[in-house]
Amino acid sequence: MTLLSVQNLTKTFQTPSGPVHAVRDVSFEVERGECLAVVGESGSGKTTLANMILGILGATSGEIRFDGATLPAKRGPVHRRAIQFVQQNPLSALNPKRNIGASVRLGLDTYAIGPRADRWLKVEEALEEVGLPREMRQRAPSSLSGGQRQRVGIARALACEPELVVLDEPTSALDVLVQARVLRLLNDLRARKKLTYVFITHDLAVVRNVADRVAVFKAGQLVELGRTEQIFSAPEHPYTRSLIGAVPVVDDAELELRNKLAEGT
Amino acid sequence: MTRALRIIAANPLSLTGLILVLAIVLAALFAPWIAPFPTHNSAVVDFAYANSAPNGRNWMGTDLVGRDIFSRILYAYRISLGLGIVVLIIATPIGTIVGLLAGYLGGWTESVLMRLVDVFLSIPPLVLAIAVLGVLEPTLTNAMIAVTVMWWPWYARLVYSIARSEREEGYVLAAEVIGAPTTHIAFREILPNCLPAIITKMTLDMGFVIIIASSLSFLGLGVQPPTPDLGSMVAEGARYLPDSWWMTVFPGLAILFAVFGFNLLGDGLRDVLGADE
Ligand SMILES: Nc1ncnc2c1ncn2[C@@H]1O[C@H](COP(=O)(O)OP(=O)(O)OP(=O)(O)O)[C@@H](O)[C@H]1O
Ligand SMILES: [Mg+2]
Repeated sequence: MTLLSVQNLTKTFQTPSGPVHAVRDVSFEVERGECLAVVGESGSGKTTLANMILGILGATSGEIRFDGATLPAKRGPVHRRAIQFVQQNPLSALNPKRNIGASVRLGLDTYAIGPRADRWLKVEEALEEVGLPREMRQRAPSSLSGGQRQRVGIARALACEPELVVLDEPTSALDVLVQARVLRLLNDLRARKKLTYVFITHDLAVVRNVADRVAVFKAGQLVELGRTEQIFSAPEHPYTRSLIGAVPVVDDAELELRNKLAEGT
Repeated sequence: MTRALRIIAANPLSLTGLILVLAIVLAALFAPWIAPFPTHNSAVVDFAYANSAPNGRNWMGTDLVGRDIFSRILYAYRISLGLGIVVLIIATPIGTIVGLLAGYLGGWTESVLMRLVDVFLSIPPLVLAIAVLGVLEPTLTNAMIAVTVMWWPWYARLVYSIARSEREEGYVLAAEVIGAPTTHIAFREILPNCLPAIITKMTLDMGFVIIIASSLSFLGLGVQPPTPDLGSMVAEGARYLPDSWWMTVFPGLAILFAVFGFNLLGDGLRDVLGADE
């Protein structure tokens, strides 16, 4: 069953130096429970696409349908709650002046999820679910590692009980070992909570590890969309082939880590 | 708290500021008990001791009608601090709200509010205050209004610039995507990040408000006699310089200490509050 459907979506930015076509006439569908990876080089329009799905940016033309209904320019609470995101930079994603618990609780208060008296308990459960100790709710973000902060970001998004989670390079700011653990967590959570992911990344090792299908973007256009195995074994578009060929391998140690990552250990 | 004290104590300048401010605050609070002549805060005369240089009885000398200058300075600190606190307590929230809304909401709210702020900022502060006092009667309350009118735009400017950069931070985006109300984002997410700068500025400004208030009363536009005020004491004494130097020097030093104290402490607080970012 289709959860998200993007039809002829286009975003053009008007800049002083002329129009920038960030996303051009893109159409695709995401099934409920699926993880769609969106890959493409820097500037190919991935974040712009994510922002339109999240309602942060309005589309120039085209439409986004969610669970059968067209999303209006001004989202209502039901849709905002149902579509959450995890951002790339875990350093700026948490308010330095609020403790972890307050950040995770935001969605609970906004949508009045559960009785007020139970919300701290819910916050602690949310932290536990992402592998963090309950006591962490009292801590300041500055005392957490990058990986821990990213887990808090995930807990905050999931506290809203969303159906679709848009992840914009959620692991690219983390070192490889932490990356592997966070990816495993994301996979677990998707299975456990029947979530749907739009997973933006430029790391093909990550794609292989999390994605059911892959959408390849180039200069704002969707150039190839297929099942992950198929994209890796028989890429059709020359651009996809060059992407796969261009996976940089730094040294043996990293190669080993990447292999481990790909095995999901 | 103990950490804050340790950071301040580690810097001799901040420590000096803290000590000066504490001394001034205590002097103002306990003026009726500390002052050797507590009745000299009013229109009393004591011609037997008029115009005497500092001595064992009047440590800082007396004024033309024989009032003890040390006692009057203690009372004048009450007025200065009280005025500073009232001004800042009114000016800071106004400026903060204006700056937050302009900085976070952007768009036409930003244009309108910041244009208004710029208008206020383009007028030299003392001129603005004098203009206000030209319309209103020169009383203590009106002096406070005048100083407040010239003060809030600086807070608007400060908070605006912080809010503008904070609104680009990921945590603001996260709160927006979650769908948190605008008031929550402005006051619960962004405001806490402006507080260190606001508190530091308030401390620094206590000194400046005291100077401005003193300048106004020096010009005869602020606190009116017989209420003791540092500015009017300096103005009055200036007529008898250099012979009766104590009438100007001690109130002048009192202003200086206050300004120095709050400035040094403000700088110290900047270190303390900036450190936990
Ligand atoms: N607000 C904006 N105004 C003008 N141009 C923009 C804006 N946001 C993005 N762009 C442009 O749109 C294009 C797509 O940007 P986008 O951030 O979506 O790319 P991306 O695929 O996410 O890149 P990266 O991998 O570096 O994050 C780029 O050319 C970018 O310069
Ligand atoms: Mg991007």
